[in-house]
Amino acid sequence: MKEREAESMNDQNEKIRKIFADVLGIPVEKIDDDLQYNSIPEWDSIAHMALITALDKSFDIMIETEDIIDMSSFGKAKEILQKYEVVL
Amino acid sequence: MNLERFFQEEPFAWGADEKNGILSDALWKLTEKHRKACEMYRRILEALPNGTFNSKRIDQVPTLPIGLFKRYDLKSVSPKAVVRVLTSSGTTSQTVSRIFLDKETSVLQTKALTCIMRSFIGPKRLPMILVDSQNVLERKDSMNARGAGLVGLSLFGRDHFYMLDESMRVRWEELGAFLKEHAGEKILIFGFTSMIWQYFLEEARAGKRDISVRNGLLVHGGGWKKLQSLGISNDEFKKAIRNQFQIEQIHNFYGMAEQVGSIFMECERGYLHVPNCSDIIIRDGRSLEALRNRKKGIIQVLSVLPQSYPGHSLLTEDEGMIEGEDDCRCGRKGKYFQVLGRLPQVELRGCSDVYAYGESH
Repeated sequence: MKEREAESMNDQNEKIRKIFADVLGIPVEKIDDDLQYNSIPEWDSIAHMALITALDKSFDIMIETEDIIDMSSFGKAKEILQKYEVVL
Repeated sequence: MNLERFFQEEPFAWGADEKNGILSDALWKLTEKHRKACEMYRRILEALPNGTFNSKRIDQVPTLPIGLFKRYDLKSVSPKAVVRVLTSSGTTSQTVSRIFLDKETSVLQTKALTCIMRSFIGPKRLPMILVDSQNVLERKDSMNARGAGLVGLSLFGRDHFYMLDESMRVRWEELGAFLKEHAGEKILIFGFTSMIWQYFLEEARAGKRDISVRNGLLVHGGGWKKLQSLGISNDEFKKAIRNQFQIEQIHNFYGMAEQVGSIFMECERGYLHVPNCSDIIIRDGRSLEALRNRKKGIIQVLSVLPQSYPGHSLLTEDEGMIEGEDDCRCGRKGKYFQVLGRLPQVELRGCSDVYAYGESH
C-alpha cells in the first residue's frame, strides 16, 4: 500500500474514532475494533441513533436502516462505512 | 433459535397454509425452551390440565395472562444475559410489567420491526418528526415502552425532530423551520395516539395554527384507550388529523411492551394486520374457547420473538374481532382484525397515557 493511502486510511480511521468518542462521551483510547454495541452503558440504543446521525452528517451519507442494525461494533462500523465510499 | 425465515420475506406474504406449520413449530419449541429455562413458567404449565402438550396446534399453545408480568419477574435467562429491562406503562396504583430482554431477543425485535415498518414506509430513511419530548429518553437504566417506541422507530428516520419541549408544548417555530427545510420530501411522523391528539392536534386547533404536512406519513399507536375514554374512534382520529394537517397516510398500530417488535399495523383499508412472525386468536371471555372470525372476544397475541422471557403467548386485556384471513382488500395476507376496546373492569393502561397521569417509568 502506498504511503499516502495508508495515511489517508489512518486519517479516516481517526475521524471515525473521534466521532465515536465525542458522541459516546468516552476517551478515544477506549475505542478499538472490538468495542461492542450495548457492552458499555454509554453505547445504548439512544446513543446509537446519535452516532448514526453524526456519521451521516460528517460523511454526507445516509446509512440504511439495515446497516444501522448491523453496526454492532466499532470494527463493524468501519466496515459498513466502506460501503458508502467513506475512504478507508 | 433460528428464526431467519420469518424475516426474509415480505412480512405479510404468507397465507394460512404456508404459515401455520412454521409458526406452530416455532411457538411449541419456544414453549419447551421456556419450560426448561424458567422455573415459574414450568410451574404454571404443570398447573394446567393435562394433554395440552401433545398438541401441535397454535390455539393449544399455553397462554399466560398478560398481567402476570406485572406481578412476577418471568425470565428464561440468567441476570447476566439481560441487556435491558423494559417496563410497560402503568397508571394509578398498579405496578408495571417488567420484561427482561437478552441480546438475541432485542435483535429479533429490531429485525421484526424493521421488516414490518419497511413494508409500509419503504426502504429509505425519511426526515422524521417525533410527537414527543426528548426528555423521555433521559433515563437510561430501564426504559419505558414510550421511550423504547421512540428509539425503535427512530431507525426509520433521519434528522429527527422532537417537536415537544420539556413541558410538552409544541415548538412551533422549529417545526415550521423543519417543514420548510424538508419541503417536498416525504416526512415520517411518529407518536402515541393520545399525545398526538392532546399536544399537537388540540394545540393547533386552539392556537389556530395552520400547519400542513401534505407529504406526511403518520404512524401512531399505544394510546387508543385514552381516546376511547374521550369517545374518539380511530376513524374520527384520522379524519381530524387529515382536516387539520392534510396528512393523508395514517397508520395506527397495536402492540405491547410484552411483545415489542411484532406489531400489528393498520392497512389502507383500516384493518390491523398480523405479520408472518406472530398470530392472533380471539377467545370467548368465559370459556376461553377460540372463536370464529367476526366474533368478538379477548385478544390473544402470539409471537416468535420472546426468547428471554416466556411471553410468546399472551392473553391480553383487550377486546377484538378478526375480520378475515388472507383476503383483505389491501392485498396483504394473514389475519386482519380490529381492536374494539378494553375489557371491562381492567385498569386503563396504554404506553402513551403515562404522561397524562403524571408519572413516567
